[in-house]
Amino acid sequence: MTKYTEEHEWLEIDDENVVTVGITQHAAEQLGDVVFVELPDAPKTVSKDDEVVVIESVKAASDILAPLDGEIIEVNDAIVDDPSKVNDDPEGEAWFFKMQIEDASALDEYMDDAAYKKFIA
Amino acid sequence: MTERTADKYADWQSHDCGCGMPHGPDGGHAPGCDGAAPEAGEARTEEGLLKTPLHALHEELGGKMVEFAGYSMPVQYPMGVLKEHLHTREKAGLFDVSHMGQVLLVPRKAAAAEKLETLVPQDIIGLKEGRQRYALFTNDAGGLEDDLMVANKGDHLFLVVNAARKAPDIARLRAGLEPDVVVKHVTTRALLALQGPKAEAVLSALAPEVAEMRFMDVRDVVVDGVELWVSRSGYTGEDGYEISVPADAAEDFARKLLAHDDVAPIGLGARDSLRLEAGLCLYGHDIDETTTPVEAALSWAIQKVRRADGARAGGFPGAGRIHAELAESASRVRVGLTPEGRAPMREGVALFAAEDGAEPVGVITSGGFGPSVGGPVAMGYVPAALTAPGTVLYGELRGRRLPVAVAKLPFVAANFKR
Repeated sequence: MTKYTEEHEWLEIDDENVVTVGITQHAAEQLGDVVFVELPDAPKTVSKDDEVVVIESVKAASDILAPLDGEIIEVNDAIVDDPSKVNDDPEGEAWFFKMQIEDASALDEYMDDAAYKKFIA
Repeated sequence: MTERTADKYADWQSHDCGCGMPHGPDGGHAPGCDGAAPEAGEARTEEGLLKTPLHALHEELGGKMVEFAGYSMPVQYPMGVLKEHLHTREKAGLFDVSHMGQVLLVPRKAAAAEKLETLVPQDIIGLKEGRQRYALFTNDAGGLEDDLMVANKGDHLFLVVNAARKAPDIARLRAGLEPDVVVKHVTTRALLALQGPKAEAVLSALAPEVAEMRFMDVRDVVVDGVELWVSRSGYTGEDGYEISVPADAAEDFARKLLAHDDVAPIGLGARDSLRLEAGLCLYGHDIDETTTPVEAALSWAIQKVRRADGARAGGFPGAGRIHAELAESASRVRVGLTPEGRAPMREGVALFAAEDGAEPVGVITSGGFGPSVGGPVAMGYVPAALTAPGTVLYGELRGRRLPVAVAKLPFVAANFKR
């Protein structure tokens, strides 16, 4: 089940507590054309709310915060090479990073699909 | 040189029928006046922002409206900033620049050009009828109060000034020129810009004579009974036109242009990236009250006749400092800057001469991603000794010093019809 943060990130957890993180379609539309993405070097241990990614659109620079405590184990270099993928497929191909977390219940605080839709409405 | 005699308008008075022109004692309309009544008040959004005559069209076209200089303006349309930028360079873009100030200078007891030369370091007397020139309002310290366009329309001058500087500019003109010259703020006309390699084909389909115009020519043309004040100029580095059109005819005219397959509406976002790639200054960012023309690398805009050894040397605010800097160069100079990585360096980024330099030597005043360049581009001020293209400086970005090279302006070659 996909979860959403108020920072407009989507989080998808698998059976081994690996969470894939990206930004939502709504966020990508608000940002406008993305022209630069800077990802951390994996592996990297992070705490919730650490600034881990810099994303710049034609308009402005934004930070993406780590949504959870854990270790970033993989980053998506394809969006560094071609930042426009973030606009083309933000909730699919253009994921940002994967992080290993201890406890899946850490996602409980975040919104589900229905709650996020309401949040951005 | 064109004679602009004072006698013709000696008895004319400022007379606000809404046309923006003084009227004769017999009640006759001035040239360019259709006698239209002024609109009742200024149209505003619920938030209190001023609307241009194209406001409804912007909303219909899906424009994302933002505040700019007190106006509600489209920053982008559904196409998005990147594609709008590229579309303008490839085909033609239509911009609403109605927020800019349109001002007429009409001679009464003195020639408008002579009087205007007391406020700007440009050669206005030598500006031929039907031609336009880039000009600068300077202050006593040699700083820039605004940049503007001045056109010689024969019996008057037509000025276009920046939106955010309208009030101080008009006050400056009234204080400096009246009562010898009538200063009329034109508030009943919209201003559109049609920019890009297809602009000539698009506009000349409606007004064939615009094809004969060269860069910086001005001319009045009539399309479907509507008088347009056209200049072949713009703010993108591309060929194109700026077109003053009566407010009540503006939407119809914009729709005629947009009906062409090659024309897309373009917002302020792409206007900014286009002018940045073209190396053009944005007032309040790259130039302001504290920067002089020589520091701003705008010496080219000061004609020989107004320089220290010219026939009409000086006579404008700040002439002492500007003449000294023209002779000896300024201590800091505006340059192009190309960040070597992919990260854009924006306004306010501090520049260092060395990676471990203690004190910044300069600052970026405009910067972002250049869609046609395909990478980040910027402009900023650096010490005169560090202006050679290729000089590597370091911009501080998120706590790190990243290399950025001094580059020649413009980043994209100008595409004017000279």
